[in-house]
Amino acid sequence: MMIAESVRFALTGVMANKMRSILTTLGILIGIASVIVLLAVGAGTSNAIKAQIGKLGTNVLTVSRQTTAGGRAAGGGQAVTGPRSRGTNLTLQDMAALTDPVMAPDVAATAPVVTAQNVTGTYQDATHAVATFVGTTPSYFSISNDTLAAGSYFSDGDASSGTAVAVIGNTVAQDLVGSSVTSAVGQTIALNGQNFVVSGVLAQKGSSGLNDPDDIVVIPYSAAQDKFTGYSPSLASITVQAKSADVMNQAQNEVQMILDARHNVTSANRDYQVRNQAQILTTATTTTATLTILLGAVAGISLLVGGIGVMNIMLVTVTERTREIGIRKAIGASRGSIVSQFLIESLIISLIGGVLGIAAGYIGSAFPLLGTQPEVQWWTVWLSFLVSAAIGLVFGIYPANKAAKLRPIDALRYE
Amino acid sequence: MNDAVIQLDSVSKIYGKGEAEVRALDSVSISIDRGDFVAIIGASGSGKSTMMNIIGCLDGATQGTYHLDGIDTGTLDEFQLAQIRNRKIGFVFQNFNLIPRTRAVDNVSMPLAYAKVHRKERRDRALEVLDSVGLAERADHKPSQLSGGQQQRVAIARALVTNPVLLLADEPTGALDTKSSHEILDLFESLHANGRTIVMITHEADVAARANRVVRFQDGHIIEDHRIRAVNAHPMATAVPA
Repeated sequence: MMIAESVRFALTGVMANKMRSILTTLGILIGIASVIVLLAVGAGTSNAIKAQIGKLGTNVLTVSRQTTAGGRAAGGGQAVTGPRSRGTNLTLQDMAALTDPVMAPDVAATAPVVTAQNVTGTYQDATHAVATFVGTTPSYFSISNDTLAAGSYFSDGDASSGTAVAVIGNTVAQDLVGSSVTSAVGQTIALNGQNFVVSGVLAQKGSSGLNDPDDIVVIPYSAAQDKFTGYSPSLASITVQAKSADVMNQAQNEVQMILDARHNVTSANRDYQVRNQAQILTTATTTTATLTILLGAVAGISLLVGGIGVMNIMLVTVTERTREIGIRKAIGASRGSIVSQFLIESLIISLIGGVLGIAAGYIGSAFPLLGTQPEVQWWTVWLSFLVSAAIGLVFGIYPANKAAKLRPIDALRYE
Repeated sequence: MNDAVIQLDSVSKIYGKGEAEVRALDSVSISIDRGDFVAIIGASGSGKSTMMNIIGCLDGATQGTYHLDGIDTGTLDEFQLAQIRNRKIGFVFQNFNLIPRTRAVDNVSMPLAYAKVHRKERRDRALEVLDSVGLAERADHKPSQLSGGQQQRVAIARALVTNPVLLLADEPTGALDTKSSHEILDLFESLHANGRTIVMITHEADVAARANRVVRFQDGHIIEDHRIRAVNAHPMATAVPA
């Protein structure tokens, strides 16, 4: 029995009951389309989160003070020597050391961060609780991928002299000054009662859902030390920009080597920690991967239901065509020919469903869903195609075998 | 190997066991020669249908041996039996048993598909045989578009297409009107005249009378084996005009 012949016989069978074939195909179509769309939604969400984090800077390391006692206790018995005379502080001198092009070739830029909690901004009658309050140098803006919507940043001179100027985020500008954010430039706002002149408004970054990156006030670090934290040689953290996302790990090692030497600690008793944006990215990716698996599982179940539909219809077809099977066997069809005829029939149904489902999946993924733009993954298309073929085989084999096992005399007698 | 197409030796077909045992065929022995035209007759339940199933390799014997064209069918597996049905036997059924929604030419060429003959060759051969049964111009008709007599002629064409050693007909005129019945029987006679071996199962005496030899079954036994004409006699000479 030639395969071409089996295909021809199978096609005749599929066409014999068009409505039934279409409905069965629809079951597979919906299953495949939902797999593609839901996995595309998962991928779209994942990529949206990655893009959000990317906007915040994917090549950024944050060096912060270790607030737990572990590092201190371990180092407690050692003689405190050299530059570590000011305890566990992260200093501007530490920061300067990190830009050494020989010791830290993979570090592009650094910025100090001095923070204060519970800062409230006021402008005329409006008040706003600032979510992120940062005292730093102008390099902070380029490291954070910030751009200006209006006005200008403050200068390095402002940063060290402590000029009372502020660069504010879009949310802050809207809450305090009103809808036209550009009009905020040049206005004087009060931060915890201290007057600051708004020199610039940052361009909107958009919310990533967890926090609002636009709810921010950035002022010169020395101004923050003077007016909020009180003078202290220690910074809250140092933001370090690596030369590219690829050299993050090298940059992190260099930072650790320099700071270990300066603080006279080892990896066992470090008094600071380096956080990597890549780690945050990994966490976010794990979360979205879980979401994707969940969505995929739901779609998989609908595909399974579609497969059972194929099996059901094939069983009906075999029963209905018992007599035809008897005739075919009487005129010389072997078991193999009968099996291949019905198997190919179920394959045709599920493959047509699969191909149409892939098309429907692409169309369905063109529209935003759950707030994200789904992104069809090429591998889900191949997977869907293979899965629909597998459904045809797996759910077709039992009915096909049932047909092939019929005894010709029983089948011929069947009314 | 002798010239017998069919050679049954003490063939029994037993259903059930012990008390409920039914012997559909009870130790039947018969030999049918090449070129003969044999009618098997008997009342329903006489065993003639069981006989047909065994001769047609649709069912196996419980006891005894059956040689078809010199081959001991008892030694064959299912696949080989399918091949035997395909190459050596042409079936004609009472209800025609054509595949629905399938053109006459495709019905006729179907056994050739199972014999792995090429598509073009199949079609040519099918058209040739359809022509020989007088249905060349109906090749593209579906069974539902054909009369009973025409359907039966398509079925005969399908039975002949592989050029089998045996044409096995089960009540071939049972579902036909008198005129169509005559046409079909005339066709059988002309096939026989051309040397075809035909075994025909029927319960009608006038249909059986067209054969060379009549074998009567009752309760699983052959109770009469009556030769009307010589094996290779050409009954066309005495046939009624078509």
